[in-house]
Amino acid sequence: MTATHDIGPGPAQPSGRRAAEPPPGMVERRGASLWLTHALLILGVLVVFFPIWLAFVASTVTQPEIARPPMPLWPGDRFFENYREALLSGVNVPVATMLLNSLVMAIGIAVGKIVISLLSAFAIVYFRFPGRTFFFWTIFLTLMLPVEVRIVPTYEVVAGFGMLNSYSGLIFPLIASATATFLFRQFFLTIPDELAEAARVDGAKPMRFFWDIVLPMSRTNIAALFVILFIYGWNQYLWPLLITTDPSMNTIVMGIKQMFPSGDDIAEWPVIMATSILAMIPPVIVVVSMQKLFIRGLVDSEK
Amino acid sequence: MEKRVTFKGWMLPLLLVAPQVVISAVFFFYPAGQAIWQSLFIPDPFGLSMEYVGLGNFEYLFGNRYYLASFVTTALFSTLVTLTSMIPALFLAVMADRLIKGAGTYRTLLIWPYAVAPAVAGVLWLFMFNTRVGVVAWYLGRLGYDWNHVLNETEAMGLVVVASSWGRISYNFLFFFAALQAVPKSVIEAAAIDGAHFWRRFFTIVLPLISPTTFFLLVVNVVYAFFETFGVIHTITSGGPQQATTILVYKVYADGFVGQDLGSSAAQSVVLLVVVGLLTVLQFRFVERRVHY
Amino acid sequence: MATVELRNIKKRFGKTEVIHGVSTEIDDGEFIVIVGPSGCGKSTLLRMVAGLESVSDGEIRIDGSRVNEREPMERDIAMVFQNYALYPHMTVRQNMGYGLKIAGTPKRQIAAKVDEAAALLQLSDYLDRRPKALSGGQRQRVAMGRAIVREPKVFLFDEPLSNLDAKLRVQMRLEIKELQERIGVTSLYVTHDQVEAMTMADRMIVMNAGRAEQIGKPLDVYERPATLFAAQFIGSPSMNVLDGRIEAGEMRLGSAALGPAPAGLPDGPVKLGLRPEHALPDPDSPLRLRVRLSEPLGANTLLHGQLDQAEAPFTACLAGVHRTNGSGEIIPLRVAPEAIHLFSPETGDRLN
Repeated sequence: MTATHDIGPGPAQPSGRRAAEPPPGMVERRGASLWLTHALLILGVLVVFFPIWLAFVASTVTQPEIARPPMPLWPGDRFFENYREALLSGVNVPVATMLLNSLVMAIGIAVGKIVISLLSAFAIVYFRFPGRTFFFWTIFLTLMLPVEVRIVPTYEVVAGFGMLNSYSGLIFPLIASATATFLFRQFFLTIPDELAEAARVDGAKPMRFFWDIVLPMSRTNIAALFVILFIYGWNQYLWPLLITTDPSMNTIVMGIKQMFPSGDDIAEWPVIMATSILAMIPPVIVVVSMQKLFIRGLVDSEK
Repeated sequence: MEKRVTFKGWMLPLLLVAPQVVISAVFFFYPAGQAIWQSLFIPDPFGLSMEYVGLGNFEYLFGNRYYLASFVTTALFSTLVTLTSMIPALFLAVMADRLIKGAGTYRTLLIWPYAVAPAVAGVLWLFMFNTRVGVVAWYLGRLGYDWNHVLNETEAMGLVVVASSWGRISYNFLFFFAALQAVPKSVIEAAAIDGAHFWRRFFTIVLPLISPTTFFLLVVNVVYAFFETFGVIHTITSGGPQQATTILVYKVYADGFVGQDLGSSAAQSVVLLVVVGLLTVLQFRFVERRVHY
Repeated sequence: MATVELRNIKKRFGKTEVIHGVSTEIDDGEFIVIVGPSGCGKSTLLRMVAGLESVSDGEIRIDGSRVNEREPMERDIAMVFQNYALYPHMTVRQNMGYGLKIAGTPKRQIAAKVDEAAALLQLSDYLDRRPKALSGGQRQRVAMGRAIVREPKVFLFDEPLSNLDAKLRVQMRLEIKELQERIGVTSLYVTHDQVEAMTMADRMIVMNAGRAEQIGKPLDVYERPATLFAAQFIGSPSMNVLDGRIEAGEMRLGSAALGPAPAGLPDGPVKLGLRPEHALPDPDSPLRLRVRLSEPLGANTLLHGQLDQAEAPFTACLAGVHRTNGSGEIIPLRVAPEAIHLFSPETGDRLN
């Protein structure tokens, strides 16, 4: 199995069929049928977008406008006020702080996972050392358990290390999974043996080979994985919810829920919705701007 | 598969695997072992000592009405999420695949919601259906339907299902679209020459050809519904009303952290572990199929 | 420049011995081709010289000193791989200079050496390209350039031409040979192609099943193959081997007498080796070829069929155009007695 070709059922394959197509034949759509297709797709896009649009609108109007339903469906003029309020004061803690926490966590998880996975995959593929098979299976086992399943004992471990309300507590338990290691292992196995031999003949020691040959050749894989892991890290909810009791350590995704009042008070919807929009922006930018890498990463990481 | 070339030495490779092995051991194997260990004990009410109860926790679990109900809820929930996220995605992908121009634009537009965290999706949908200010709830009220997911169990389930499926539509769309694009055009043309119309072609030719992708997505979406929807449920219903939306993962959290029932929570973790194992096996068998496909 | 000495080299993978003791001495500047069918151990032998495989038994000496335990780079060798093994993310210049860079050679010196090698290989215009943007022949040249810049004692080539198309292979064959003569570096060249072996080698090692069947100059091997295997492997189309015998000092095939046997051979069964190109039409000859298929190549004509006197198929290669009446034609052929090779039916060793 190679890293890119046999892995995903779909997107790994070139989608060039459309490009090399003959002029529209009998199976192509024209006229009314074509418009219907477009109409249905646009409808689909609108339905999918509606919740985001509504959130955006809500983030630009005043609290009373929302509290008296139905709320408007077109943006109001409170954009700057609401976002400024959210970013600088928020409800419990300024959203800017939560954004920073999310950023540190997402990047920490992505970089951490990539670094430890690159190193261990390199060792497992390019060395024969005592315990290699044992380590291989050890790492393989971690593939199977999402953090959700082992939350209580993991929480106890993190608490025992005094890592509650800390970045390391947010990051470390989530990089203990082997998906990335397997991805890199698969990729390294596709690097021709001769390249390593040529490097040996050229006099490269193992780490030199890693640094000069393996790493540059893995660039695309690393970037694709970074995109996926960034989103994975950014969108974490349960784990930050458990271990950040101090609001100043909240991440934005979990912090939104904390903005809802307990009891019967009316939620500050404009600020909450502005926060929701802010929580979406970084991952959305990453996905849309790096669409190709994102799709590739998605396909690769699904083994 | 093995490399022909290997480097010598064993200190360096051990150093290289050390970070991953240490992190896995501390944050993975030790907690997982703890979960299994704790599942065999019941702590006394003051948390001072542990009483060994063997499989008592498990017996208790499977005799517990709420736990069994949670199993049923999880099954229902994941079935609904899988269907609700796959069918519209397939429909949209088929539409986009019919286009010569502009399919890429629709893809870019539809890819978005995948990036939205489940918890944020929960907040967005909660906002639309909020009994006090929700726009959709309000319009439903005008139509004579009194929406109240806080009290109505069916409505609560419906809402968490839709909110969980929403972002997944993007994901499924991507895979379906790519699979459809990879169906050889000549096959479709041959079917057209045989006189099959569009939907006929779709059900007899295209759907069987993309079945590997469909199976793959089935498994992946079930895994998603099981383990990654905690955020949606926690933000919208907190498992209520009357535990109507308490899926297994939510129950581990509720019993372990809110209820502080460590033995039961640990036993539930172990049960989930078995479930994950089964799903993984399913996934791997599927991967094997795909290799031959 | 260096000599290379192989002393009873053996290779075992686990308990299986795949190379059973190969010995030879290679002179300074000599071009040695190791030729044999796939799986005969030729690449393993080369890789042992390179230091990419350990030596199970025996000794390899380069310039008189034992190198068994040395890392590839410490052996002062350069290697050209079958699939070129160019680093895909580096430019031609970086590819060629990588070994020197690791050795800590000053940048200016690397640049000078790379430029010089590039000029030699007509690669000067491509130095800033990546391997992906090069043709097969150009990649091949880069691989050679990478070897040249290091000014090694020994060049090792592992089937370097097998990824090229037929026409390019002929051209690169000439280029490699020319280049080697020009810079005069001791070279070991592995191939499965006997034409490459014949045309390029100063001396060749014919290998089969982990043994060196014969070591010698191409024409010597062709004219006096030491074993049946070498006889059949070298030469195209390959030698006809027929079951014959020696009777009263004469070589016989069935009822036909082929001429006097070399002195000193006892009577009994032998293997007769007849090269297709040594068969000449002769109306008086008792050897009659029943033609099954004729392949006119223009310069010569291959006739495939069977001799009346033997069960094994027989191929004759007649000079020039030879129009046949098609299948079933019978052509009498003669092979000069001095052109007949005799091998022991038991050992396959040469008898005459």
